[in-house]
Amino acid sequence: MNLQAVKAIYVFEMSRTFRTLLQSIVSPVISTSLYFVVFGAAIGSRIQEVDGVSYGAFIVPGLIMLTVLTQSVTNAAFGIYFPKFIGTIFELMSAPISFLEIVLGYVGAAATKALAIGLIILVTATFFVDLHIEHPVWMLVFLVLTCISFSLFGFIVGIWAQNFEQLQLIPLLVITPLVFLGGSFYSINMLPPVWQTVTLFNPVVYLISGFRWSFFGNADINVGISVAMIFLFLSLCLGIIWWIFKTGYRIKT
Amino acid sequence: MAPIVSIKNLSKTYDGGHQALRDVSLDIEEGEILALLGPNGAGKTTLISSICGLVSPSRGKITVGGFDVIDDYRKCRALIGLVPQEIVLEPFETVFRTVSFSRGLFGKPRNPALIENILGQLSLLDKRNSALNQLSGGMKRRVLIAKALSHEPRVLFLDEPTAGVDVELRKSMWAIVRELKRSGVTIILTTHYIEEAEAIADRIGIISDGQLVLAEDKAALMGRLGSKQMRIDLQTPLEQVPDALEKYELQRTEDGSALTFTYDTQGDRTGITALLNDLGSEGIRIRDVQTSQSSLEDIFVDLVKEKS
Ligand SMILES: Nc1ncnc2c1ncn2[C@@H]1O[C@H](COP(=O)(O)OP(=O)(O)OP(=O)(O)O)[C@@H](O)[C@H]1O
Ligand SMILES: [Mg+2]
Repeated sequence: MNLQAVKAIYVFEMSRTFRTLLQSIVSPVISTSLYFVVFGAAIGSRIQEVDGVSYGAFIVPGLIMLTVLTQSVTNAAFGIYFPKFIGTIFELMSAPISFLEIVLGYVGAAATKALAIGLIILVTATFFVDLHIEHPVWMLVFLVLTCISFSLFGFIVGIWAQNFEQLQLIPLLVITPLVFLGGSFYSINMLPPVWQTVTLFNPVVYLISGFRWSFFGNADINVGISVAMIFLFLSLCLGIIWWIFKTGYRIKT
Repeated sequence: MAPIVSIKNLSKTYDGGHQALRDVSLDIEEGEILALLGPNGAGKTTLISSICGLVSPSRGKITVGGFDVIDDYRKCRALIGLVPQEIVLEPFETVFRTVSFSRGLFGKPRNPALIENILGQLSLLDKRNSALNQLSGGMKRRVLIAKALSHEPRVLFLDEPTAGVDVELRKSMWAIVRELKRSGVTIILTTHYIEEAEAIADRIGIISDGQLVLAEDKAALMGRLGSKQMRIDLQTPLEQVPDALEKYELQRTEDGSALTFTYDTQGDRTGITALLNDLGSEGIRIRDVQTSQSSLEDIFVDLVKEKS
């Protein structure tokens, strides 16, 4: 493997993040803070505790997931779509590297960035609510695995997309609704039974539930199932990546 | 010595069904400058892209430095630098960073001094911290060359390096190419300018409609160029060339009103005086004489016309 190449891609992608610091880090932090102000403080003060946790604290894991998921997908998708769009991908295709190095570089950078934003939001949240994290190691495991699997997913989207509309379609039409309906702002026990069943088809429910468990020690869904679901999603993405690698889908002529 | 690039029976048919390359075979020797000429759509870029791994060949075998472009792609590509026909660069990156990136991509450790040296050679040193979208077209092309050179390739492909470049810059580009050759780099360039091929190439290849119609030493081609034609218009048409003039291998026009004599300008004797004397003694009266020289352009146009 060409580790220099992985490093080159990673560093290059990260430098883009620092060049566009305002848009890539500050804006997600501001928008999440707004959620805390509106849902946590303004509305939350009128909502009773959920599963023994104050509403303001209850929404923290969901809010982090909301941002981390969208950021992973959009960063990774944009990261690989941009060279495809402007044509600089020729250099990747003519370099002595395989698809593996390309994936490691781009997905690694996108996941790092999403992880950093997730952690920044976590710190921001402590300014608004009292937070106690029950299982910090598991919390990090969930966060890292989510960043990696959804960056992989975003990478796939970036390869698949043939124009900017398609690029924005998935985060906007798939990720955001799934996260909102995945129990970021409520416990799925609060839903009528029929909707509880429907919700179980939403993969994000398992992520948020598991992540919330690492904070408060209780969850809508068994943690084991949550972990299994993340790995399932991760393997699915890896499988698709492998297929793209084999077939040269939308890359090679 | 084994050729640095060896292409055997290469064919490429694009997905749409268009056959861009037909059974191309070509060996490129280490250290030479090969210029590929050919009209738009002839297949020059497709040929280069097949060698560099951007296009998968439909048939045939290519090796670079003895490594197969598919089976040994890592070793093979590490030897190659490619300057694409179109200018494609990250608009907001700086010159230095984008060139360093290329070096890393090809597996070489960071080496700022070397990068600065390359930028210096290409007169880009004062632009090293400028964003790429603030450079002129000619500068961008030089940045592409710097990127291709950043990992010290042994073979450099330049796809129309002087398209849209002014005369001044073209001359400096040629100087850069010669300098690279001196440092041992093999260079393959495509161009639409015949005088460019004449000026810098050691060998000239002509591609037309996906076929390599000619690949010849420039010197040999120039030898062909060295010959001149003298057309002699006659007062009265000749039925046939007299036997006494046979040694001149004259060409008679259809109606016999003119004769063409081909001679070598580089020879000690062109044979013109003798011919004119002999014409006089045969009683053939001359109305007019004109000479012409075929240029590389004529050869090129003839070859391309012949093929289509
Ligand atoms: N990706 C592609 N898909 C389908 N056809 C292609 C593709 N790329 C090139 N072609 C076709 O293959 C033929 C050769 O194209 P190529 O770019 O190799 O020509 P060229 O000699 O480089 O021309 P130019 O001097 O204009 O750069 C053209 O007819 C072109 O339309
Ligand atoms: Mg071309």
